[in-house]
Amino acid sequence: MIAEFGLIALWLAAALAGLQLLAGALSLTSRGQVLGGIVRPVAVMQGVLCALAFGALIVLFLQTDLSVKLVATNSHSAKPFIYKLSGTWGNHEGSMLLWVTVMGLAGSFVALIERRLPEPTMLATLAGQAFVSLGFYAFLLASSNPFERLPVPPAEGQGLNPLLQDVGLAFHPPTLYLGYVGLSVAFSFAIGALVTRNVGPAFARAMRPWVLGAWIFLTLGISAGSYWAYYELGWGGWWFWDPVENASLMPWLAATALLHSASVLAARNALRAWTVMLGVVAFSMSMVGTFLVRSGILTSVHAFAVDPERGSFILALLVIYIGGALTLFAVRASTVTEGERFALTSREGALVFNNVMLSAILGVVLFGTLYPLMTEAFGQKVSVGPPYFNPMAALFAVPMMIVMAFGPLLRWRQDNFARIRGQLILPALISVGVAAGLFAAEAIGALPLIGLAVAAGLGVASLLPLRGRNLRRTPLPVWGMVLAHFGVAVTLFGMASESAFSVEKLVAARVGQTTEVGPWQVRFVEIQPVAGPNWTALEADMFASYRGGAEVEIRPQARSFWSPPQMTSESALVTRWNGQLYAVLGEETDDGRWQLRLWWKPFVTLIWYGSILIALGGLLALIGRVASDVRRVVARDKIADRRMEMAK
Amino acid sequence: MSEGQKASRWALWLPLAIFAGFIGLAVSGLLWPADRNVASTMIGKPLPQFELPAAVPGRPGLSTADFTDGKPRLLNVFASWCIPCALEAPQLSQLEAAGAEIHAVAIRDRTEDVSLFLKRYGNPFTRIGKDDISAVQLGIGSSGVPETFVIDGSGIIRYQHIGDIRPEQVPMILEKLKEAQR
Repeated sequence: MIAEFGLIALWLAAALAGLQLLAGALSLTSRGQVLGGIVRPVAVMQGVLCALAFGALIVLFLQTDLSVKLVATNSHSAKPFIYKLSGTWGNHEGSMLLWVTVMGLAGSFVALIERRLPEPTMLATLAGQAFVSLGFYAFLLASSNPFERLPVPPAEGQGLNPLLQDVGLAFHPPTLYLGYVGLSVAFSFAIGALVTRNVGPAFARAMRPWVLGAWIFLTLGISAGSYWAYYELGWGGWWFWDPVENASLMPWLAATALLHSASVLAARNALRAWTVMLGVVAFSMSMVGTFLVRSGILTSVHAFAVDPERGSFILALLVIYIGGALTLFAVRASTVTEGERFALTSREGALVFNNVMLSAILGVVLFGTLYPLMTEAFGQKVSVGPPYFNPMAALFAVPMMIVMAFGPLLRWRQDNFARIRGQLILPALISVGVAAGLFAAEAIGALPLIGLAVAAGLGVASLLPLRGRNLRRTPLPVWGMVLAHFGVAVTLFGMASESAFSVEKLVAARVGQTTEVGPWQVRFVEIQPVAGPNWTALEADMFASYRGGAEVEIRPQARSFWSPPQMTSESALVTRWNGQLYAVLGEETDDGRWQLRLWWKPFVTLIWYGSILIALGGLLALIGRVASDVRRVVARDKIADRRMEMAK
Repeated sequence: MSEGQKASRWALWLPLAIFAGFIGLAVSGLLWPADRNVASTMIGKPLPQFELPAAVPGRPGLSTADFTDGKPRLLNVFASWCIPCALEAPQLSQLEAAGAEIHAVAIRDRTEDVSLFLKRYGNPFTRIGKDDISAVQLGIGSSGVPETFVIDGSGIIRYQHIGDIRPEQVPMILEKLKEAQR
């Protein structure tokens, strides 16, 4: 019953999306204006029905209802509760349902509260949102029905991919999805604004919270994914420039650029066409990313998500939405009137420079990701990795970070460097000092050295916008910016430090043997078998001591899952304030020794702490923006009330 | 620093053009999925010099000279501890029945284990060399078990098959063996 209920809710939601598109589009014509009134209520209902459908799927997974095909192929009655729950979206059908659900709810929310823009623009936006949703409904209902029943229910389910049975990962895909959906709302706003030729500050302000929200989720999603790859894959690295990682990074880069150009548009009414284009590009990148992950046209560690047929479907959606939107952009953007002018040396100038740098990095990543595909078309196999990505990304990232250090200190419209020169002496000195000190003291690579120097300077410079301000009265968005920029410095420092100072040791150790890695002494005590709810493992018992201090016990495991059968390695980590010890248990050698892989990674954790700061900065900005919007609405209502009373 | 000038009108089509390029690439990638097999760099090169002792009592050991009498053969790299090798055994028997002569190298194995493996899964091999330190395996460009090489009559490697031979791949291997005759 529950499955059928869910399916009916989904069909109804799809029908409402069709109605929403039709009514929204017709309301823009002179004859159809009466239809405008139903668009908002329909959008709200559509969101509610989606939520019901998704709720039904969650219930089916929690009950482990094996008569439903999706549950039978992806769940198992012996699975812990949390993974039964995450099993709901840990598969293609469920994740697509999650996508339309979040999209439907976002549409409801926009329909309920957004009143700043002229009504035709809003109706066009909601129609655009419905148009995008419709494609995903078609996808779900035609080729990936999550509620399909099995004629004969099996006795037991097939389980969830063991690599995915991890708390961090249970929330990694939905986080990214929330980001992608947020960008779809920004996309709809861009379409609405283009269709009704209404690109201005109000459009930017209406779109900005969605971009900010999406960007926060993307930041968290990417860093969670990177931390997962770091400790779960057991390779000791935290970023592999894998196509799937790139697929999540590209929308983030576009969203970062969009966020900043939307701020320029909101504050200064400049960069109109550019902001609209970024709105389209940011969502395109999330769809391109989804396509690359699902279609399997690129080889990646995320092979579990691959299905070429679904890839074709997503590609068709891409052609319709993104091709359509970019065509609309090309035709309409020339009629978008020129925005306000500004001088090269101004806050806008710095933001434009960094927008171009971000776009260049986006281009580098996109090109590198697709390059193997291009050469394959000519029968040549190449794989593009860190030797291309690291220097090419750095080529644009380093100037960007330097401009980021002083950009926020510049005034809008026009400024000169002489005014801020005094403030910049300290961060510049720190950068040069760090670079010189490292150059003299240690033999490290050029990139890590530049990274550490820039990070130190940026860390100080990012705090300068607070100088001379009354901290209590500093608006939240300014705090947000400072925090996010400081977070970038922290993350950069972690990345550079990890690559400059990591120590790696691969040993075949006997029980009882002590191994030295960096400042650590690791004593290998014993190997013992352990069993979990749906796996068995060999566990190494080891004691690690930092510079002869107190011993910490660590237990890396080589795990074997039995449903479905697969081996994974559970690395063991010891986190100190100044870095992490990372231990992986390998195979037994012929003569009874065990392969151990040990790393000491100074300040590696700063990579993720920094990204949390970045996301937190985004959150502060979001709260600040929303709060001032609410204040504005309240004030407007008060004025309206007073007028009403006066009229009495 | 302003936008929307007439000169840049053409630039507005640029994103669409890049996108069209991406779509073309994606469509070609979907229509003609790339061959994921990595071609061996050893193909066309002669076998390295080696001389391996016998792995089991009933079969002689293996040396480079055993491949240079003008008859093309298969060289199978296997181990008794390797599960895909057991899965592959029926296909090797099928190849043997079809007239292929198969030499083998047992990797890091014990005599009694190999004997047991051959008793259980059949013995399609004419000669079996024992490679305790993977020296020969690495020398011929093999990185795992099982792998099967097609060696022509003068000891030149003509084809490398990585992984187990599936039932549907048997005709393909025979075809490669026939090609090596020429």
